[in-house]
Amino acid sequence: MKRRFELVVTLRPGLLDPQGKAIESALPAMGWTNVSDVRVGKHIVLTVDADTEDDARKQVEDMSRRLLSNPVIEDVRILAAHEVSG
Amino acid sequence: MIAVEEPLHRALGLTDDEYERIVATLGREPNRNELAMYGVMWSEHCSYKSSRVYLRTLPTEGSAVLVGPGQDAGVVDVGDGLAVAFKMESHSHPSAIEPYQGAATGIGGIVRDIISMGARPIALLDPLYFGSLTQHRNRWLLEGVVAGIGGYGNCIGVPTVGGEIRFAEPHSLNPTINVMCVGIAPRERLVTSSSRQVHEGSIIVLFGASTGRDGIGGVSVLASRTLEEGSEESRPSVQIGDPFAGKLLIEASLELAERDLLEGLQDLGGAGLTCATSESASRAGMGAEIDLDAVPLRADDLEVFEILTSESQERMLAIVEPSKVDEVLDVCAKWGLATAVLGTMVPGDGLRITMGGTVVAEVPARSLADEGPVYDRAVAAPEGLAALHDDDPTFATVTVDPREAFLAVLGSPNVASMRTVWEQYDSLVQGGTVLGPGGDAALVRIEGTVKALALSTDAKGRFGHLDPYLGAAHAVAEAARNVAMTGARPVAITNCLNFGNPERPEVMWQFAESIRGMADACRALGTPVTGGNVSFYNESGDSAIWPTPTIGMLGLLQDHRLAVRMAFSAGRSLYLLGETFPELGGSEFAEVALGKVSGRPPDLDLAREAALHGLIAEAAGADLLSSAHDCGDGGLAVTLAESAIAGGTGFAISLPGDVPWYVTLFSESASRAVVSVTTEDAAALEALAVDHGVPFARIGETGGPRLVFDTLFEVDLADATELSEGAIPRLLAG
Amino acid sequence: MREHPRVGVVTFPGSLDDRDALRAVGAMGGVGVPLWHAERELRDVDAVILPGGFSYGDYLRCGAIARFAPIMEEVVRFAAAGRPVVGICNGFQILCEAGMLPGALIRNRSLRFICRVVDVRVETSLTPLTEGLTAGDVLQIPVKHGEGQFIASGEDLARIEGDGLVAFRYCAPDGTIDDAHNVNGAANAIAGVRSDAGNVVGLMPHPEHAVDPDVGPTGGQPLIASLLSRALARV
Repeated sequence: MKRRFELVVTLRPGLLDPQGKAIESALPAMGWTNVSDVRVGKHIVLTVDADTEDDARKQVEDMSRRLLSNPVIEDVRILAAHEVSG
Repeated sequence: MIAVEEPLHRALGLTDDEYERIVATLGREPNRNELAMYGVMWSEHCSYKSSRVYLRTLPTEGSAVLVGPGQDAGVVDVGDGLAVAFKMESHSHPSAIEPYQGAATGIGGIVRDIISMGARPIALLDPLYFGSLTQHRNRWLLEGVVAGIGGYGNCIGVPTVGGEIRFAEPHSLNPTINVMCVGIAPRERLVTSSSRQVHEGSIIVLFGASTGRDGIGGVSVLASRTLEEGSEESRPSVQIGDPFAGKLLIEASLELAERDLLEGLQDLGGAGLTCATSESASRAGMGAEIDLDAVPLRADDLEVFEILTSESQERMLAIVEPSKVDEVLDVCAKWGLATAVLGTMVPGDGLRITMGGTVVAEVPARSLADEGPVYDRAVAAPEGLAALHDDDPTFATVTVDPREAFLAVLGSPNVASMRTVWEQYDSLVQGGTVLGPGGDAALVRIEGTVKALALSTDAKGRFGHLDPYLGAAHAVAEAARNVAMTGARPVAITNCLNFGNPERPEVMWQFAESIRGMADACRALGTPVTGGNVSFYNESGDSAIWPTPTIGMLGLLQDHRLAVRMAFSAGRSLYLLGETFPELGGSEFAEVALGKVSGRPPDLDLAREAALHGLIAEAAGADLLSSAHDCGDGGLAVTLAESAIAGGTGFAISLPGDVPWYVTLFSESASRAVVSVTTEDAAALEALAVDHGVPFARIGETGGPRLVFDTLFEVDLADATELSEGAIPRLLAG
Repeated sequence: MREHPRVGVVTFPGSLDDRDALRAVGAMGGVGVPLWHAERELRDVDAVILPGGFSYGDYLRCGAIARFAPIMEEVVRFAAAGRPVVGICNGFQILCEAGMLPGALIRNRSLRFICRVVDVRVETSLTPLTEGLTAGDVLQIPVKHGEGQFIASGEDLARIEGDGLVAFRYCAPDGTIDDAHNVNGAANAIAGVRSDAGNVVGLMPHPEHAVDPDVGPTGGQPLIASLLSRALARV
């Protein structure tokens, strides 16, 4: 069974996020003085072929740890998973 | 994409006459695929149909020229069994709508032109022209283009060593983005149509990235029409660059050339597979049979005409003897590149394309590649030039304060330091950069020798606007002068000719005049034209860019250890070489301090120019010069200030009493340079100047913490440095 | 003991400064040995350099994919045996990704690629690059990177500082550490770190681009010289 996973990789809270900071400092000049805590991340979508949802999720967690993120500085959240045909 | 009420050929950019010509060539109506192929190959971008009659008049012969115009790049002999390939191109149209990818793919494309010759790319230069940075859109364009150049160039390991950035309002909607690449190869390893024999039965191999819908009709169609408001909608047809694949393509291509596995090599650029196959066949004087089923596709619903015209990046086409095909496929696999055996070279000149066992197109290769239409378009001098000439700033009443004028000129975006841009480019990789960006010319060592290549790109926007003949001639002279300042001898040029809509007679007149000026200057300075690129349709509405023929000059320095730098050292005598005339037409001073872009550009005496180059080369060879820097935009004052800032030491000069200060300091008379020498070498320099017939004047000394202009005014070196280096960052910050 | 140490330089797909590292080793009297990412053979080298560049395009994270190359298993083993391993720029990123060095490298504070000659202060002589140097020495070496800002969590950073793992810092020409000379905004101006054992070291500046006076500063000379003498002193 194939399942489509959506993941978001972000820098761990507390670590400086230079891209987030740049966006945050640009917004006030455009009138948004009420924005804080901007964080920028990567959005990764992938399809996994595995027997059970549990198995697929375990594999995604494993690849998140080993390749898709650097656990030293990044967190991964699995946003959604749904079955796809084919 | 194609309007129903319009005949297909017109939607593809072909005129009714061109369509009739295709019918006559084929002896029948073309099918949809064939029409698409003619549409891209006969576009202005690919066929040079408006420029060809003029390009023929350029001097292209010279003892050092190994390959002249007509191939992917020009090639010159630099001795020691080595050859240098170089070429310039424009990526203005894609960059105007998507600056990062437009510029990035420009780098990818020009690099592939160089590796197509079997040469390793060793340097990139990027001459860029934008509208004023006071406008947000222009800042966005510059930031995006610079990031794109860095994003691609830094990632493929080719140092960006030079270029220039200039600003003028006509480039606001139409930025001019030119890229130049220089490569080197042992002569016997060159892959050119004259050095390699293509045989009947040889195999055509496509390698590199897969083919997608990106860039269908991209470069060729974009660059053959004018941009209108709302052109953001063209974004899907801009190609996306993959520099990592570009780097692998470089290494794989060079390994194929080094192992002598190639009969021919061509990159897929504008007009994609259609261009690469028809040009390969036409150059070999043969036909080709191509099977599209083999082409690796990024989407399986691509139509035939899309596969034929896609401008997907990072693809190359190799012609290979059958016994060597396996080895070629192995090399590509080693570098992780996909390959496809597409077909065979055959006798005759037919390009026959099949898919799924059926013939989908069959046309004479030569008719696509070499027998496109040629137009001798109407020319007419633009109205209003005489009025511009009459409003000559040389005779204007000058009330501005000298010190204020100096600071305004030094801090003007055309003159200020571009360090903030250059630092975004890797100028060091490959370890050969003797002089990087920011000086007169870049200097790149030739590995295994003590020689170095001197490289400069120049255009003279204001001069060209006021007089396109002089503008182009000055661009050649300044490029040669920049190269000469390092001690090198100018050898040959490439170019990128950026103009408006050639269907307008005044644009065509600018083009014709520019070619005439370039030809005269190249002849006089002994620097033949080895190739280049024409970029028309750089206009929106009725507003065309200024005629911008960008010159890419290649010079050769025999011993890089004798390279001359622009930076001052303290305690040297300062000389102004050449003569200063009251010539403020088209000058930086006139624009910044007087608000005038008018008058006539300075005269140009090419014999004087050549004499100056000869003098510098000889003085450099005798190790006489502590510094040398040419007088260009901003005149003598800026030349002195730049050398002082570069060296971290000031100067004091005396001004002649009988000439207005603004002429001495800001006139942009040609064929001049400021050099500094030790007291002991002063007499030798003067004697050499007399020998070469170059007028000279001892104008002062270097040293101290200030720039001292006689009793007229002084500026602290620290303040001048801050002004020059801070101007562009301040503008970019908005 | 051999006369000329053999220094291996690994080429990954997308490595760029590999030839420059080989040239620098040769210029300083060593023998540069090209190594290929897909092989598992270190060719009897005495030291390994992971060079600069954009391995695999750095598309996911810098160094994230290269660390899984077959040759990295050998490099890990080589390092575990106490032999010298140096990561320069992208090589530094690879070593951090592989967990062979602490911390991580993210985009420069300016969000721009920066190519510039900087001053770098040596913090310890306990690395293969700095054995002949003294803490406090200042060297001129170029940097060229878009993602060179060293970071670590508060806890890790405290350990890196506490255990003396900082090898280099960005500094003013006189050795002072200040924000103006912290070229990429690195935590504590860290330009390079070493492993606990000291035989693995990574740095963002490019010593291989600072050995030839004809093309730039020479701050890399003592570092490469130190590496060569350390490589010769085989354990």
